[in-house]
Amino acid sequence: MTDVPPPSERPAATGRGSVPMIDARKVRKSYGRLEVLKGIDMLVGRGEVLCLIGPSGSGKSTFLRCINHLENIDGGELDVDGELVGYRQSGDKLYELKDREVCAKRAEIGMVFQRFNLFPHMSVLDNVVSGPVWVKKASSGSSKDRARDLLARVGLADKVDSYPNQLSGGQQQRVAIARALAMDPKLMLFDEPTSALDPELVGDVLDVMRDLAADGMTMIVVTHEMGFAREVGDTVVFMDGGVVVEQGDPSEVLTDPQHERTRSFLAKVL
Amino acid sequence: MTDAPGQPPADDERPGRDPSALTVVPVRHPWRWVTGVVILVLLAMLVNSLLFSYRVRGGTREGRFQWGVVSHYLFTGPVLRGIVITLELTVIAMVAGITIGVVLAVLRLSPNPLLSGAAWLYIWFFRGTPVLVQLFFWYIGIAYLYVNVTLGVPFGPALVTFNSNTLITAFVAGALGLSLNEGAYMAEIVRAGIISVDEGQTEAAQSIGLSKLQTMRRIVLPQAMRIIIPPTGNETISMLKTTSLVSTIAVADLFQETQNIASRTYEVVPLLLVASLWYLFFTSVLTVGQYYIERYYARGASRQLPPTPFQRLRQALGPTRTTPVPALAEAPWVAPHD
Repeated sequence: MTDVPPPSERPAATGRGSVPMIDARKVRKSYGRLEVLKGIDMLVGRGEVLCLIGPSGSGKSTFLRCINHLENIDGGELDVDGELVGYRQSGDKLYELKDREVCAKRAEIGMVFQRFNLFPHMSVLDNVVSGPVWVKKASSGSSKDRARDLLARVGLADKVDSYPNQLSGGQQQRVAIARALAMDPKLMLFDEPTSALDPELVGDVLDVMRDLAADGMTMIVVTHEMGFAREVGDTVVFMDGGVVVEQGDPSEVLTDPQHERTRSFLAKVL
Repeated sequence: MTDAPGQPPADDERPGRDPSALTVVPVRHPWRWVTGVVILVLLAMLVNSLLFSYRVRGGTREGRFQWGVVSHYLFTGPVLRGIVITLELTVIAMVAGITIGVVLAVLRLSPNPLLSGAAWLYIWFFRGTPVLVQLFFWYIGIAYLYVNVTLGVPFGPALVTFNSNTLITAFVAGALGLSLNEGAYMAEIVRAGIISVDEGQTEAAQSIGLSKLQTMRRIVLPQAMRIIIPPTGNETISMLKTTSLVSTIAVADLFQETQNIASRTYEVVPLLLVASLWYLFFTSVLTVGQYYIERYYARGASRQLPPTPFQRLRQALGPTRTTPVPALAEAPWVAPHD
């Protein structure tokens, strides 16, 4: 789990179980003339926790957004759970996915944002049941029971009826995690989940993520928390300028980086 | 106030600084008294002129504003029928206007340039011509240009044909003109509301799998409402009064009915007052309604809902405000708030 083989040594996918959760090959993405991703290769196994680090503007968030179909890729190939992102392959043709198919794909992937993005006009409980009730058409009663369980799991059982702006940033982010978990995602994406938090609130959120990792959730975490990456991450990927500079076991990459750019970045953040 | 955290050292630790022993001298505001008296005098003059002054007409003395005549006509049949027409037109124009506005706003934000262009063209036209001209156009122009209105396959066979003069009555023309015009204004208000909602909301909604339509209906529009409601209340109040324009195309609304009576009895000013009093009454009702709708959509936007006027009244009369000075004297370090 901790070693990601280079692309050339990847095992041939046979059954669903052996297919990696994320398989990115030469993924490219541009905004106008600005190329943000310049050929990303990445492999994330099931149950793996991959921490994505790098300076701002290196393309980490964009890559996450591509995985969740919030952006279309311009080149290369990106597979999530053995299926192409954004396209359906039939013979030698790629059919662009319809809106409804994209929604179904997104529903299987949980995403947590830097700015929490809770729905401010809805109570905490309604935030968490929004996905199951509106997307999965689950019954309101059972969804609420499950939402209460999830909120208890992130330590917010007493905040069920609060509104988001009555909560601290750390509490809001934990609600956001519960909201994503309510959809039973097969993959969780975290886009700098603790960057907007006061330092003393970071720990609570990281604790929840640590528990999640221990439960075997596949996670991709864009983070500046090197301690978390070292402790929880199975793999650390250092990105800069739209390319993967270095990746490997956290203890190796974070303590003994092989590339000069990784070294200078870590010297600034550690 | 006394149990606020961060207490300074007790008084006995700071000798000679016992605040409760000192007298508080408030700042004097002489100009407040002067301006207050001026306002009171002006008010007294207004009340006197409205209620107690007389004028001589045809050798007899009568109340200047003829309130007796006003109250006589205030609840007569024609006036009440006119009110119904005015309210009907207001409701129809606002409901249709808001519906058109939401559709146009969504179209204007559409990535399809033909759709956003069409919405832009609509707004450009209906906002760019006076509503009075539009009313005349619907009432006179349509019947003049098209003797019959036909529903059917475009460039193909007709299914139903109406005569324009029977289809577009004065009331229909009025409702149509006001609605279409209002739609253009509401479109801009709704669009402002939609683009005021943080993009992160759309992303979060999409990330849990909501479709575009669900995202708009469940997430974006409810939050846009907070921005949309105040100008919409404004538009509704404005519309209530704008309906009086339909009197020019012979719709028997409140204004037209009072004018009819006035042209018969020559009691012009009292009937203008009748119309004004009713317009004032309904705009007051709308103002109160708007307040409570705004309060409803403020959920989640402000930590504490603003008090209702009744709560504010109770607060003002309640015991909490009657003894500010002792509370201050006990805790002078607490900045007086609210």
